[in-house]
Amino acid sequence: MISARPVRLTVNGTQTTVTVEPRATLADALRNELRLTGTHLGCEHGVCGACTVIVDGAAIRACLMLAVQAEGAEITTVEGLGSAAHLSALQLAFRKHHALQCGFCTAGILTTAHALLTDEPHADEDRIREVISGNLCRCTGYLPIIAAIMEARIAYSDVQCEAAQ
Amino acid sequence: MSDAAKLLVGSAVERMEDARFLSGSGNFADDLAVEGMLHAAILRSPIAHARIVAIDVSAALAMPGIRSVITARDIGDAIPIIPLRLAPLPEFEPFCQPVIASDKVRYVGEPIAVVVAESRALAEDALETIGIEFESLSAVTERGASETPLFDFAEDNVALRYDAGFGDPDAAFASADYVRTERFSVQRHTALPMETRGLLAEWNSLAGRLVVTGATKVTFYNRRALARMLDLGQDDIDLIEIDVGGGFGVRGEFYPEDFLIPFAARKLARPVKWIEDRREHLMAINHSRDVACELSLACRSDGMILGLRGRVFADMGAYIRTNGGVVPAKAAQFLPGPYRIPNVSVSVEAFMTSKTPVGTYRGPGRFEANFFRERLIDMAAMDLGIDVAEFRRKNLITEQELPYPIDGLVPYEGPTSYDTGDYVEVFERALKEIGWHEKRHLQGKLIDGLRHGIGLGCFVESGGAGPKENAALTLEKDGSLTVAVGSSVLGQGLETVLGQIASDTLSIPLDRIRVLHGSTTLLDEGFGTYHSRAVVMGGSAVLDAATRLRERISEQASNHLGRPNSELRIVNASVVADNGASVSFATLAAGGELQADGTFSNDVRTYSYGTHAAHVTVDPRTGAVKVLDYVAVEDVGRAINPAIVHGQAIGAIVQGLGGVFLDHLIYDDQGQLLNASLADYLVPTASDFPVLRAVTLELRPSPSNPLGAKGAGEGGIVAVAAATANAVAAALAPLNVEIRHLPLTPPRLWRLIKDARERATNAA
Repeated sequence: MISARPVRLTVNGTQTTVTVEPRATLADALRNELRLTGTHLGCEHGVCGACTVIVDGAAIRACLMLAVQAEGAEITTVEGLGSAAHLSALQLAFRKHHALQCGFCTAGILTTAHALLTDEPHADEDRIREVISGNLCRCTGYLPIIAAIMEARIAYSDVQCEAAQ
Repeated sequence: MSDAAKLLVGSAVERMEDARFLSGSGNFADDLAVEGMLHAAILRSPIAHARIVAIDVSAALAMPGIRSVITARDIGDAIPIIPLRLAPLPEFEPFCQPVIASDKVRYVGEPIAVVVAESRALAEDALETIGIEFESLSAVTERGASETPLFDFAEDNVALRYDAGFGDPDAAFASADYVRTERFSVQRHTALPMETRGLLAEWNSLAGRLVVTGATKVTFYNRRALARMLDLGQDDIDLIEIDVGGGFGVRGEFYPEDFLIPFAARKLARPVKWIEDRREHLMAINHSRDVACELSLACRSDGMILGLRGRVFADMGAYIRTNGGVVPAKAAQFLPGPYRIPNVSVSVEAFMTSKTPVGTYRGPGRFEANFFRERLIDMAAMDLGIDVAEFRRKNLITEQELPYPIDGLVPYEGPTSYDTGDYVEVFERALKEIGWHEKRHLQGKLIDGLRHGIGLGCFVESGGAGPKENAALTLEKDGSLTVAVGSSVLGQGLETVLGQIASDTLSIPLDRIRVLHGSTTLLDEGFGTYHSRAVVMGGSAVLDAATRLRERISEQASNHLGRPNSELRIVNASVVADNGASVSFATLAAGGELQADGTFSNDVRTYSYGTHAAHVTVDPRTGAVKVLDYVAVEDVGRAINPAIVHGQAIGAIVQGLGGVFLDHLIYDDQGQLLNASLADYLVPTASDFPVLRAVTLELRPSPSNPLGAKGAGEGGIVAVAAATANAVAAALAPLNVEIRHLPLTPPRLWRLIKDARERATNAA
């Protein structure tokens, strides 16, 4: 067993250092060391997408990335998207459209959608479906998820307009 | 009801669960962390059938951070047996599963040892060092495949056979103008909730008490079972339900780990957590379906059905688990469906193999039965030259014929009758929704290289299993309401639905209501969530408790305001008298405890019903199917929250389409599960089935409960194989392809098309 080592991360805007074994995944570090348990593990082999977080702007599977690989990275988890008292436009659209039931896959779908709409605020329905097809949900049948993401696009286009001005 | 401006029951209010899930602040089993917690990993059999000669755990025990390795020897001479929760037929008892393998393993995935360590990673490392000497035995992977019985006491591998029925099927078949017999099958698959199972067990040595967190579905039953196994009193155990990442029938039954993890916690006097990984989930949690059927239909030449005979063959896997024979029994019971069939005989044969044991998965037996019957109806209609819609219309039970008894099809159940409904009206609605009359001419047509087909599937579906459910409501000192209920949450939105019911009766806004559920600490007795019963039973218990609490609040207010009850109204968490004086609930609650218990007992089942319709294309060059349109129409009696009901229906349709086209637990002839990962076990994704519709009707409320609800979680799945397979069959009818077996994967359809072509060529 190789001894634990420190890894510097910026998580949801806060700089932090976690001390983890080299074999610990980013998901382990977020969940067990930082207690950010909103990121869920559904398969631990990179298929279901529940553990998706945003690393330096890209949606990645936190179960497939080692924590040490994230040295110096900026990470956004579901906790960084909005709080229960102040849900983001994307989160509010999910609630409005009943785009979640058991809530287990939800964090990964929100982060995936957030990364997509940040890059492509005008993504069309086919593009959204294509990207979300990397996340498994067993409850909703996906229809309300797609509807919610479609509706949330406006909030991301506004952000881009503001940035351009 | 109260004088609230707007009633919440019947309204698509946003869910009170959602803010916590959307912000990542839910509380699931793997989120639990307590001081001194150890982690368990389970060594599972890598082979399907073998004698265990020796187990060597010395290397594991010598590894750093390993606290214990538990095998059958540590548990004692009498290994606890997991009891039958449902349908406790004596025939099944010898086949029930011990909580850990001692002398024999009977399926890949059966627990052999539990490693408890300082971390999950260390526990998993140690699994690899445990040495087991097996004496391999031949695996049994299909019916009648082996001369050798899997159980020493048994003559063969059949655990149970029975015959049931009504009328005189022999006479009906003898006198019929037309008889057709076919064999069908539905493949083994499972529910696959997104959260795997997980438990945290904490043993308090001083108090001699055990707390197990992560339980669900039938917590009170499981507590009784666990207390017997651990030789503890029921009151010495608490089972705690937290957030649950999907159930669909498989989660929450009593599994081996529900004993092993608490046992480890008590043995070590330390909290022990176990989180199932996805690979072990696929080999450890209940599998389902895996039913074959030989079905015969007898008709008059005008299409009137005279009789039905069905022989159901169910692969139960290696042991009979808690659900007993529910899957084959329900497959047999629902063979007649919503049709007037005066003469019915069914037989069930439940046989054992060297595979993971079978249990219930959403719509157990119904998904299969509807597929078998609706397929045969299309074949019969085609043979007789009758339009498939007309054939169904002619045979559907009419409203005048309800209640319609279907007694005697399940030997261990009492009389039951389809309750209320207008089966024909709902059927016509589905035809209208799919555009049957406009699209009928497309059947079998080749357009741009694709064959079109439209299929129908009718169903009737039971719900609301008894015997009882309990609820307790408390008006807190701040005027908010706490609802405690024996029903379990499986991610379906039950907190919101029960909150809506309480809100309307007590005129307390939803955001002032907290719903606690499932845990054995909440009530003396609870019954749980299965068989679409949570709203029917739990909802009715909440309604009863809310009504009683309302009376108590009124009494208290009457004393407080000095006005008679008749002059009081409840408005927005206050009681207002005719003279304008008022008192808030908070003031009343501050004056003394305001609490009420409620209960609902009922053994009469509800019967929802409906019709599904599918329009598909099949590419005859590849066997690929595309679902162009799908509509499910169901009368649920009463929808407490139409958005939640709609979500249940759409989600269930997609799960069902997975069962038709994708989900398949594949075993080889050695009993090895070949696809125990999500890379290999396919389920629907967002791009697979983009066009689906669900129409929820409230035509005929259930007479069995004050809400009029019939249950709504399963109607969306039960007719999916029926409608979809009929659509695929209709598309391929010109190629002389018949659909009898699921799943309809592209290679299988391609093979059927190729074989049919070769037959045609050879004949010519």
